Amino acid sequence: MTAFIVSICAAAIVYAVSILYAAIGEIFTQRAGIMNLGIEGVMLMGAVSGFLVVHGTNSLGLAFFTVILVGALLGLIFAFLTVTLKADQTVCGMAFLIFGSGFSGFIGKNVTSIASAVKFEKINIPLLSQIPIIGDIFFKQDILVYLMYLIIPLSIFYIYRTKPGMILRALGENPAALDAAGINVFALRYAYVMFGCAMAAISGACISLSYTNFWNEGMTGGKGWIAFSLVAFSGWNPAYAVLGALLFGGISIIGINMQVYLPGIPSQFYSMLPYAATVVALIITTGSFRKKHTEEPAALCQKYDRENR
Amino acid sequence: MRIGTIQIEKRQFVPLRDKILNPIVFVIFGLVFSSMLIIAVGFNPITVYTRMVSYSFLNLRGISGSIKAGLPLMLCGLSVSIAFKMNMNNIGAEGQYAIGAILGGGFALFGPDLPITVRLIVMFLLCAIGGGLWAIIAAALKAFWNVNETIVTLMLNYIALLFMDYLCYGPWMAEKQTSPISATIPKGMYLPNIGNSRINSGIVVAIVIAIVLYILFKYTTTGYQIDVIRNSLKSAEYAGINVKKYIFIVLGLSGAIAGLAGFVQITGVVHRIQAQLPGGSGYTGIVIAYLSQFNPIAVIIIAILFGGLENSCAAVQIMGVPSQIATMLQGSIMIFVIVGEFFNHYRVYINRVDQKQMKGVAQ
Repeated sequence: MTAFIVSICAAAIVYAVSILYAAIGEIFTQRAGIMNLGIEGVMLMGAVSGFLVVHGTNSLGLAFFTVILVGALLGLIFAFLTVTLKADQTVCGMAFLIFGSGFSGFIGKNVTSIASAVKFEKINIPLLSQIPIIGDIFFKQDILVYLMYLIIPLSIFYIYRTKPGMILRALGENPAALDAAGINVFALRYAYVMFGCAMAAISGACISLSYTNFWNEGMTGGKGWIAFSLVAFSGWNPAYAVLGALLFGGISIIGINMQVYLPGIPSQFYSMLPYAATVVALIITTGSFRKKHTEEPAALCQKYDRENR
Repeated sequence: MRIGTIQIEKRQFVPLRDKILNPIVFVIFGLVFSSMLIIAVGFNPITVYTRMVSYSFLNLRGISGSIKAGLPLMLCGLSVSIAFKMNMNNIGAEGQYAIGAILGGGFALFGPDLPITVRLIVMFLLCAIGGGLWAIIAAALKAFWNVNETIVTLMLNYIALLFMDYLCYGPWMAEKQTSPISATIPKGMYLPNIGNSRINSGIVVAIVIAIVLYILFKYTTTGYQIDVIRNSLKSAEYAGINVKKYIFIVLGLSGAIAGLAGFVQITGVVHRIQAQLPGGSGYTGIVIAYLSQFNPIAVIIIAILFGGLENSCAAVQIMGVPSQIATMLQGSIMIFVIVGEFFNHYRVYINRVDQKQMKGVAQ
């Protein structure tokens, strides 16, 4: 029984990490006042580009680098549309969703369902992995998970305890004030959108290079949207995003495992669980029946135009 | 605002000519950009494009095929555009289509043996109700608790499609079948084609809805009030417009129209329920709605073009070009039209005179 629970917890962490990269990236983007609805598309592009490189060169390092580059490039385009051209952010997000799913399917067609020779393997951390239960759950994971262990405290520290973090928070609340203080609002927004997209692309890579070792069209299956709703769920705080991601991870993994124990219920209903859970979580956390101060950045989704200041 | 010698100025008035010409120019830019991606994958874009166009639009058979494929897209495009009209992001047309198809199709398969006309009418209504109710879940959450409708409608897509999968792989699967499809609906319920063409008579539904919506938005108080809500939620509330009521009406209507895509597709084309029946139409509907600038009549025309685009994949698949080229083209066209939109709102000058003047001052 213990072994079973450990395996579920370890799998939940893998699932959680695969959405956390995108969610934390989006927290930064939204804190900067830009809403990127196209995470799903960016994730797919990250997944396919990483897989293509691994398939061609067998080099995980190069693949990881490419994934970040592809994500940042997509972020650059998104920032150009939303920051410079001041286009509607929702519409841009949908365009990215459609372009990302189409283009990833297009370039990935020839490598669909082929297993790659290498993927991010589980590494046992010496000593720490020896701890009973905890070691098995937390320290027998792959490098993307360990990287996330670093990113979580760093991102919290950055947002709440550093000067650039303070500027970031102001960027989503009152960009005009920052502009008046001589800070380049446009450049910063570009930077955070690119960061967010790069993180979303890594999320995609988690799925095609670590979770599995193949590529399939649309293989992210809505994880980008789960990450997106996680942002509102977390109140734009990476710490709560971690809790939320673990919750979603747990629900999905338990769903998959329940299939074995309760085969009476058709598998499709288990597959519905994470989506239904997302809706429920969204209602609980963002529903306006909870009369509390909302953490949502005030300038979120509003185009910043100096002339309308 | 001045960036170096480039000057950007807001445009107060955009002539109709620019409004129409601008998207067309940027669609072409989008195609040029995609051709680079096509080259990168190793195909000749000129051959690819000419094959696609000649397959879908340069002969009568191709054109009627495009209209046939465009029919569900028209309904999804109309569905998305009326929601967008009120700033509601209904990206759940895919799921509403599926639920409409399940409810209406279920009636057609297992319903009582009534006269054919009655059965068709009941099925029509059930498709609309199914789609409408699925959208109203999001509407209720939005109206009462202000929950983001974008995410809810999208999540409901996955749930609806999984439910459809369950039915088609499970209880509704036809006997002696290995693929996830149901039995066929009674022969009498098949909608006929118009004349000798391949065009399904269900197109009448789409055209009537488009005209009704056009009139609704142009000439009625309801349309005007929706317009007010879109432009300023605060002034709408101040003017005493019942915004909550409109959230229900607009999203419900939007879902109902998407559900009708299930009606025309089941009675006119596939004659059964099958897993993944919507096949991405709901998402294509978003692109169509945006390109049409939410004008119902333009939706019809653009949907036919997109129907042709989807059909034409078959023509280039023989060459080895992946069928995903259709979605990729849609996405890049949408991105470029967004860029084009900027030039409708702003005028960009390049100031060369400025530099000379500066020199003059220096001397």
